[in-house]
Amino acid sequence: MGISTTDDYASTVKPASQTTELAHPNPAHLSAVNLPDAPLVTIEASKAWSASELHDLWAFRELLYFLTWRDVKVRYKQTELGIAWAIIQPLFTMLVFTLFFGRLARVPSDNVPYPVFAYAGLLAWTFFANAITNSGNSLVGSANLITKVYFPRMIIPGAAVAAGLVDLALAFVILIVLMIYYQVMITWSILMFPVVVLLTTLLALGMGMWLSALNVKYRDVRFALPFLVQLWMFVSPVIYPTSFLPAKWRWLLWLNPMTGIIEGYRSALFGLRFNWLALAVSTGLTLVVLGYASYTFRRMEKSFADIV
Amino acid sequence: MKPIVRAENLGKRYSIGTRDAAYDTLRESLVEAMRAPLRRLRGRNGKQNSETIWALKNANFEVKPGEVIGIIGRNGAGKSTLLKVLSRITEPTTGRAELYGRVASLLEVGTGFHPELTGRENIYLNGAILGMKKTEIVSKFDQIVEFSELEKFLDTPVKRYSSGMYMRLAFAVASHLEPEILVIDEVLAVGDAQFQKKCLGKMGDVATEGRTVLFVSHNMVAIQSLCQRALWLDHGEIIEDGAAGPVVSSYLHGSFGGGASLEEVWPEAETAPGNESIRLRRVRIKPVNGSPTDPLTTKTPFTIEVEYWNLRPDAKLHVTIHLYTEHEIVAFTTGSGHELKWAGQPMPVGLYRSVCQVPGDLLNVGRHRFKVLVIKDGTSVLYQHESNATFEILDLVERDISTYGHEPGVVKPALNWSTELLGATDSDPQPEDRAS
Repeated sequence: MGISTTDDYASTVKPASQTTELAHPNPAHLSAVNLPDAPLVTIEASKAWSASELHDLWAFRELLYFLTWRDVKVRYKQTELGIAWAIIQPLFTMLVFTLFFGRLARVPSDNVPYPVFAYAGLLAWTFFANAITNSGNSLVGSANLITKVYFPRMIIPGAAVAAGLVDLALAFVILIVLMIYYQVMITWSILMFPVVVLLTTLLALGMGMWLSALNVKYRDVRFALPFLVQLWMFVSPVIYPTSFLPAKWRWLLWLNPMTGIIEGYRSALFGLRFNWLALAVSTGLTLVVLGYASYTFRRMEKSFADIV
Repeated sequence: MKPIVRAENLGKRYSIGTRDAAYDTLRESLVEAMRAPLRRLRGRNGKQNSETIWALKNANFEVKPGEVIGIIGRNGAGKSTLLKVLSRITEPTTGRAELYGRVASLLEVGTGFHPELTGRENIYLNGAILGMKKTEIVSKFDQIVEFSELEKFLDTPVKRYSSGMYMRLAFAVASHLEPEILVIDEVLAVGDAQFQKKCLGKMGDVATEGRTVLFVSHNMVAIQSLCQRALWLDHGEIIEDGAAGPVVSSYLHGSFGGGASLEEVWPEAETAPGNESIRLRRVRIKPVNGSPTDPLTTKTPFTIEVEYWNLRPDAKLHVTIHLYTEHEIVAFTTGSGHELKWAGQPMPVGLYRSVCQVPGDLLNVGRHRFKVLVIKDGTSVLYQHESNATFEILDLVERDISTYGHEPGVVKPALNWSTELLGATDSDPQPEDRAS
């Protein structure tokens, strides 16, 4: 008793450091003298993109993986049916659509059996709709992360989109089963499938980034989103082919980037003729959306922690 | 030596909006809710009409590699803002900071823990969020588990953990970070004393390995034992920067005296709080010895004084005080009702002062406030006053036992203990036993 706190502290700590020497086996890289000449990070009020941002994005790529993994893992926790929900959603929607649009309304389906036709459209649409909904709400839902730790914020909506890809893969398995059942032949066109999936992912990422950034500032987005998704589906050729419309109005549909994409899914899967023009329009629009979204995101990013 | 952190003119301004009345209710309540945490700051700055507030202003400092720096200051002084700017969570409004090493920040223990995931899964997730590479987490996994002492619960979702287990796991991950610069907010304020000690021990290791640490704490014992240097922030500005001991002591003297916050005075009976029967004149807290501006520690005896005008002749009055801890628990209630001189006696009209002696070794560390009640005829409350005077009971700067942080308990009395040997056993005592 009566020892100063400093001495006492030392006496409690020294044994601890001996027993935990494994914790830091090689602190050599920390040696105080070897500081880099240029700062690793310069913090200042920034204006736009810089090389370090892209470098950070690359440096934190593993976090993208972990957050995606978390989203997938958590989504179906404590549900009885678990991951089966990824299949149930498009499958049952397809059944209802087949009944109403395929059988009763006799919507044409480009000479492919309507269930397969509708399912392929829903495959693309479900992925896209879930991706923009989840990523649109992702930043607000990650307020605890944003206010407590640094990493490139784009990873958050990015992970939400990437998690959707896992569901897409599962739903794709069912599509294959359906195609075998309805004897729809797979052709070399299938090689284009990854390309259209990539295009959907990029479009979803662009929309997701933009919506999530807006959502931080204006919570109205949360309410507008389901509404937007619903309207968007009806102006996309999910349950009907573009050929359903009179030829002189079809170009209107093409202004919707999802038109070229969904048609692209069907062409790739069923070996139909590609509408390269529509696909090119979709690609162009996707790049515009992505560019605008990352610019907006980057501009708003700095205030996220202060207003979320 | 070259600095590892260099901050130049660093500043952060928050805008708190104008107070135009034309909002509809929902919108206004949203704006109000966002503004609430900042209002205290604004009030203290005395800029009632300003639309912005500088949470951090003109911060200039350099940190040498291997330095462990304590950042101290009152609530709202800008400590957390400084940490947030340095850890890149928020961008500074002015100035720049150069960091010549990797930074990891620990502003909260368990950031990003997901309640549905198991302990094992959360170690990976939390590690990645804190900036660890996957290979790094894999190689340290066993040490993290060992440190957390939660081997048995690794595959249990953390939502089923007790809060103590949760903290242990979270800190176990965080303490295995190996950045060159570690930024830590007051994360040690939680958890029990034993765990705090373990964490501080681990941090001590960190410091001896030449890592640079910036460390915010209200715990002056921890600051003085862990840090060589301290920065004192007040109203967003660095007031003092130097060796930890002197900075801590000038912070304690400069911050918690000042009379003003410990005293409320109403010189005019007409405007003083009260009613037609009594009016308060003054309530104040004062250490028994030394100047009124001396800090109060757990050992300082102090007085609570209440002065009031009795306006009704022959009223039978006494004063009662409810003393609250910062958790709004009544630590004790005490009244002047048993005072021999006045108990049950009619009191002439006039000015009275009741003084309550509070001994040292009674209250625990932390901020306290009190409520004054003037009671008539021993039962009916004539008037009650929630005093704005709050006072802080500080930890002793030098303590003879090596625990840090708050000991649990509403009060912290010094009680007498005695231990006797009731009968020696035959076996030879082990040397360790004797030492303890």
